[in-house]
Amino acid sequence: MTEFIDIALLALLVLTGVAVMRIRNLFGVVILFGIYSLLSAGLFVTMDAPDVAFTESAVGVGVATVLLLAALSLVGHEEKPQTRSRVLPLTVVIMTGAVLMYGMLDIPPFGEPTNPAQMHVAPRYLVEQREEVDVDNAVGAVLASYRGYDTMGETAVIFTAGVGVLLLLAGRRLRADQTERKADDE
Amino acid sequence: MTNNVILRIVTKVLVPNIIIFALYVQFHADYGPGGGFQAGVILAAAFVLYSLVYGLENTRRVLPPWAVHLCMGLGVLIFSGTGVVSLLLGGAYLDYDVLSYDPIHGQHRGILWVEIGVITTVFGTMVSIFYAFAGRKGLE
Amino acid sequence: MDFIVGHYNYWVVVVLMMLGFYIVISRGNMVKVLVGLSIFQTSVFIFYISLGKVEGGTAAILLDDPDVVYSNPLTSVLILTAIVVGIATTALGLAIVVRIKEAYGTIEEEEIDDIERADVDTPGLRPS
Repeated sequence: MTEFIDIALLALLVLTGVAVMRIRNLFGVVILFGIYSLLSAGLFVTMDAPDVAFTESAVGVGVATVLLLAALSLVGHEEKPQTRSRVLPLTVVIMTGAVLMYGMLDIPPFGEPTNPAQMHVAPRYLVEQREEVDVDNAVGAVLASYRGYDTMGETAVIFTAGVGVLLLLAGRRLRADQTERKADDE
Repeated sequence: MTNNVILRIVTKVLVPNIIIFALYVQFHADYGPGGGFQAGVILAAAFVLYSLVYGLENTRRVLPPWAVHLCMGLGVLIFSGTGVVSLLLGGAYLDYDVLSYDPIHGQHRGILWVEIGVITTVFGTMVSIFYAFAGRKGLE
Repeated sequence: MDFIVGHYNYWVVVVLMMLGFYIVISRGNMVKVLVGLSIFQTSVFIFYISLGKVEGGTAAILLDDPDVVYSNPLTSVLILTAIVVGIATTALGLAIVVRIKEAYGTIEEEEIDDIERADVDTPGLRPS
């Protein structure tokens, strides 16, 4: 049963991706991107990753859509029609896709319990977690305790991105209804 | 937007529930899906919703930009500070076993503080970025 | 038949990846390029989560039943980090696009090329 949901969601994802490529009205592109994130969040649920589905729907559908719409209101929302020849990008994409598909022939089948990905560290985390951390949510235990350094680096990356956006955008050129302090500096 | 009665009333009802849901996701990270990242984004979404309906100026009065910028850095400080406290108590950096009288309780305490750091940074960054974009002078 | 069911996921991931890649290298509008990059990133997330799925398994929330099969928690952790970092870099990219629009008046790469090639006082150096 879940195979049918899988196949349907993946087909819809491809359709949405093609629509994002073809549509020139950027407002529609942003909304379709929100739909793409929602479909992939549904896919994550059927593949037993509720934490990831949670984050993808909150971030991809919520925050990303709002930020893209805010940026669109500042830059304008119509894309110019393509004048460059599309032969070269198409060739590059087809060749890369063919090489990747050829590489995918070797991958272990989807869902096998004896896959290499399930063999080495994952069973240890699931079993030892009861004695060492004793938290029901294995993903949270791995995120905060076993791989705490990665999470610290990631928090630093989020902070740096925030500082970068503030440096770029929160300077002058405030809207007319904001405080006049900045205008006095000039 | 601000003249539409339905939007205003529904937002007034929804925003406190969204904030409580974010705190629920944060503190129930041990028992079900959840954690700092999801909770931080949901908390930021509550304030973004409020600002979309009631205007950026009102939101700046409720949640001033200096507080949000402070949250951004405070979260990283809390996270790294947990590691430093572990160092000072005799263990390795980010070794939660030494944080309490028992390794398991130490792990619980360490995870709690680390997730508080994560939610603060994620909330602060998302709202700061939204303020920066929304406060910019647009196309005339 | 088993081969197709076992590999269908991964082939669709390659198709999505190439879609995102094509948008990045062939479109000139910068916001569309950023959306294409996000599509590429999300397809990689789907790839990772597909790697971690175990048939007949359930989510990695531990229950008291001793013979339940769990799916891999490690892939979820890696993708959790990647999603939030992806949105942070997208936000930074959008901030740069806004500044480019204010400096050049356009966000199409071809028009920016024309402005740069023509012999005018370089717009990018104008204090904002």
